[in-house]
Amino acid sequence: MKSSVIVFPGSNCDRDIAVALEKLQFKNSMVWHKETELPKSDLIVVPGGFSYGDYLRSGAIAAKSNILSEVIRTGKKGALILGICNGFQILIECGLLQGALLRNSGLKFISKDVLVRVQSNKNKFFNKYKDGEILKLNIAHNEGNYFTNKKHLEELESNELIPLKYCDEEGNTDLKSNPNGSINNIAGVFNKNKNILGMMPHPERMADKILSGEDGLGLFLSLMN
Amino acid sequence: MTITKEQLESHGLKTEEYKKIKELLGRDSNLLELGIFSAMWNEHCSYKSSKIHLKKLPTKNNIVIQGPGENAGVIDIGDDDAIIFKIESHNHPSFIEPYQGAATGVGGILRDVFTMGARPIALMNSIHFGSPENKKTQNLLSGVVSGIGGYGNSVGIPTVGGETKFNSTYNENILVNAMAIGHANKNKIFYSKAKGLNKPVVYVGSKTGRDGIHGATMASAEFDENSEEKKPTVQVGDPFAEKLLLEACLELMKDNSIISIQDMGAAGLTSSSIEMASKGKLGIQLNLNKVPCRESNMSPYEIMLSESQERMLIILDDKKEEEAKKIFDKWDLDFVVIGKTTDTNRLILNFDNKKVADIPISALADKAPLYDRKYTKSKLYKNKVKIKDLKKVKIEDALIKILSSPNHSNKNWITDQYDQVVMCDTLQKSGGDSAVVRIHDKDKAIAISVDSSANYCKADPKSGGKQIVCENWRNLISVGAKPLAITNCLNFGSPEKPEVMGEFVECIDGIKESCEFLNFPVVSGNVSFYNETNSKSIFPTPVIGGIGVIDNLKRIVNIKTKKPGNLIMILGKTIGHIDQSTFLQENYSINDGPPPEINLINEKNNGLAVLKLIKDNLILSAHDVSSGGMLVSLAEMSISSGLGLKIFKPKKFKNSFEYFFGEDQGRYLIEISKNNLKNIEIFLKKRNVFFEIVAEVQNDTFEIEKIFNLKIKDLQNYNNQWYTKYNAIN
Repeated sequence: MKSSVIVFPGSNCDRDIAVALEKLQFKNSMVWHKETELPKSDLIVVPGGFSYGDYLRSGAIAAKSNILSEVIRTGKKGALILGICNGFQILIECGLLQGALLRNSGLKFISKDVLVRVQSNKNKFFNKYKDGEILKLNIAHNEGNYFTNKKHLEELESNELIPLKYCDEEGNTDLKSNPNGSINNIAGVFNKNKNILGMMPHPERMADKILSGEDGLGLFLSLMN
Repeated sequence: MTITKEQLESHGLKTEEYKKIKELLGRDSNLLELGIFSAMWNEHCSYKSSKIHLKKLPTKNNIVIQGPGENAGVIDIGDDDAIIFKIESHNHPSFIEPYQGAATGVGGILRDVFTMGARPIALMNSIHFGSPENKKTQNLLSGVVSGIGGYGNSVGIPTVGGETKFNSTYNENILVNAMAIGHANKNKIFYSKAKGLNKPVVYVGSKTGRDGIHGATMASAEFDENSEEKKPTVQVGDPFAEKLLLEACLELMKDNSIISIQDMGAAGLTSSSIEMASKGKLGIQLNLNKVPCRESNMSPYEIMLSESQERMLIILDDKKEEEAKKIFDKWDLDFVVIGKTTDTNRLILNFDNKKVADIPISALADKAPLYDRKYTKSKLYKNKVKIKDLKKVKIEDALIKILSSPNHSNKNWITDQYDQVVMCDTLQKSGGDSAVVRIHDKDKAIAISVDSSANYCKADPKSGGKQIVCENWRNLISVGAKPLAITNCLNFGSPEKPEVMGEFVECIDGIKESCEFLNFPVVSGNVSFYNETNSKSIFPTPVIGGIGVIDNLKRIVNIKTKKPGNLIMILGKTIGHIDQSTFLQENYSINDGPPPEINLINEKNNGLAVLKLIKDNLILSAHDVSSGGMLVSLAEMSISSGLGLKIFKPKKFKNSFEYFFGEDQGRYLIEISKNNLKNIEIFLKKRNVFFEIVAEVQNDTFEIEKIFNLKIKDLQNYNNQWYTKYNAIN
């Protein structure tokens, strides 16, 4: 499998995701934001970080960069695109995903390991997990409080477009297990065709046994499936 | 023109110092030159009061590549890997403007590390606040924490640990000490010494603005009720620019175009250009019209004294400009040749085709005043506390009081605001004895710990100085690391007071003694004097940041107990030293008596024994015994794992409070399996290490036989509440 990781000024999880991809034998290329063409790839990753220092609004400036118009074009044609954290914010800002990521409800940056439940494995990204499986993943963000209108929310819920929800050890997705105020405990969403995924938790941070765990590995294995 | 008394005062220079300036110049200085002298001769930049004492510290051994005097210290950790690290204070600015003060403290220390060619791999900090009841404390705490997080998170360097303490001595002078640790190839280290004539002097990074003018001078004076007016002297940080600068510099460093490089930190363009020239015994000539400015009509005075952040000065080799500029263009950063090296040994500044300053470099660097300040011997706290005379408390109540106190509560409220795992090499986050960070792509790691003991240092500065070095050493060993070297940040009051100077000198003596004995050299550091307000100084607070190496990732130990049935052994003798203990402070507000004594021979012997046991895979978890004594350390192990402990009643000890809460030094708690007990006993006897079995791991009750029992869940709750309650939005 071939992958491309887009690098913006201020991206800081680009190396981390590349390490995880390469560990699983993806042939990965780093693509600088000023490029106008994407190398041929099966997966495009928009990594986490603080692209353009989060100035104006997280992801807003990156969404206007050269390479993004290519990402949008291939995404609309059905290419697999994964946006993590700041990457999720960018995918929303450029219109590939719907909704908004607001400031965390606690008004503070949150970085910690959280639990998320796999809501649906019938897609390219989570097919190696069991439905309802609980994963420990790390989050680190200021604006991860997902919000969308009622109509879109219903569409997301009824079409299995919410693959991940924050939960507790028993899998309950309640207010107590919601770290940032996201509506319906949403930790990640798909576009209608489920080829574009945005998620706040970082799967690449849980892809090495010696670190906090390996719960993120399944996502990369699913993509190879 | 003549310089007035008011001008001298506002530049923090004394009349006799100006006399010397006139002598060195052979004439009166102009205002720009006065500003430059003030920037170079202030305490913060010149170390004029501390230099003669700092010289006593051991700074060399076979692993030290670069000791103090450069941007940061460099040590060799084998296989061509070097670790570059330093700790620095940003106390004064953080009190005036907590968010920006702390953020730029982090930014500055990161630059010190990557300017030498290292990719930063971890950040640590030591922050001290006034008492929680003080009306300023909450705001300062929340501002400093979000400033530290805001900067490090954005640049993408994990903040992996540190310490946070409260004490009324810091009510009007908080301490914000930030430490950065970087990794480099030991054959590719960059220094600040200029070499060669007519080499281009290049300005890179952000533009120069009017912020932070006289920042270093501000940090070299005490505060009074008007200190808030000093806000404009605090710099404003831009972590995004820092990230770009970091990547651009590391990209440029891949080839051999840099002769020397220096970040523009305290005293900005002034100190960076002078330091480079002075180390290279050269002159430097700058055209200030070329300096990229953020605002229009900036005067030479403002340009030279601005402390705008995220800037570097580079001396490039011939014909490398074009290639270098391409890199900085890629990262959208300014890259301008602003001058050249000369053979004049003078700093010559031109502006609007006129020479506006002309100063011999040596006058600014080597001829800065050097003071052997008067100092008096510290009065030691000698009143021993008699526990029998105190009102009785229950052991469990005393324990709960300590675990729920601001200084011992769980600090997740703070550390959840720091990205601790970005870069994916953090093997141990905050909450243990040391943070552990893997060297990327390699089967080895470093351990980092930051420590201070202001109460001990106040009661007996020499003994306190010795103690912190030992505690730091112990913390590194407790995770399985071989301690290598330290950096220190020495936070004190005014050096012009003989009693403060006395504390300083004695603390240094103590640090020196431990470092020498443990072969634990000081490779970098910083002195912060004038931490005082209206003539009231803080407790002497040296902070030690230590680094150790772990060469087998399978032999890393943490404080979490592992399995019911295992035994907990204490190594090192328990005598029951209760003076200056957390027990007395939290339960009786008593802050009296001498600190515990340090026995360096036992310290080293016990530590090396622990390391050997870890290496042989015989230790399942370990924790050093420090503030709070044995019982608090045992509780911390339990809280961290969620497993209980059955603690045995001491057999031959007359006072249980002294036994459980005494802060005797050189002790470790280790968890071992019963099967290995015999072997371990034989080993420890052979090594002459005192040991005692003190507890057994069990499921969910934390108890001392026949005295009390508590549910672990409750203990965790007591430990978890303080920060959230304190910072709840009203």
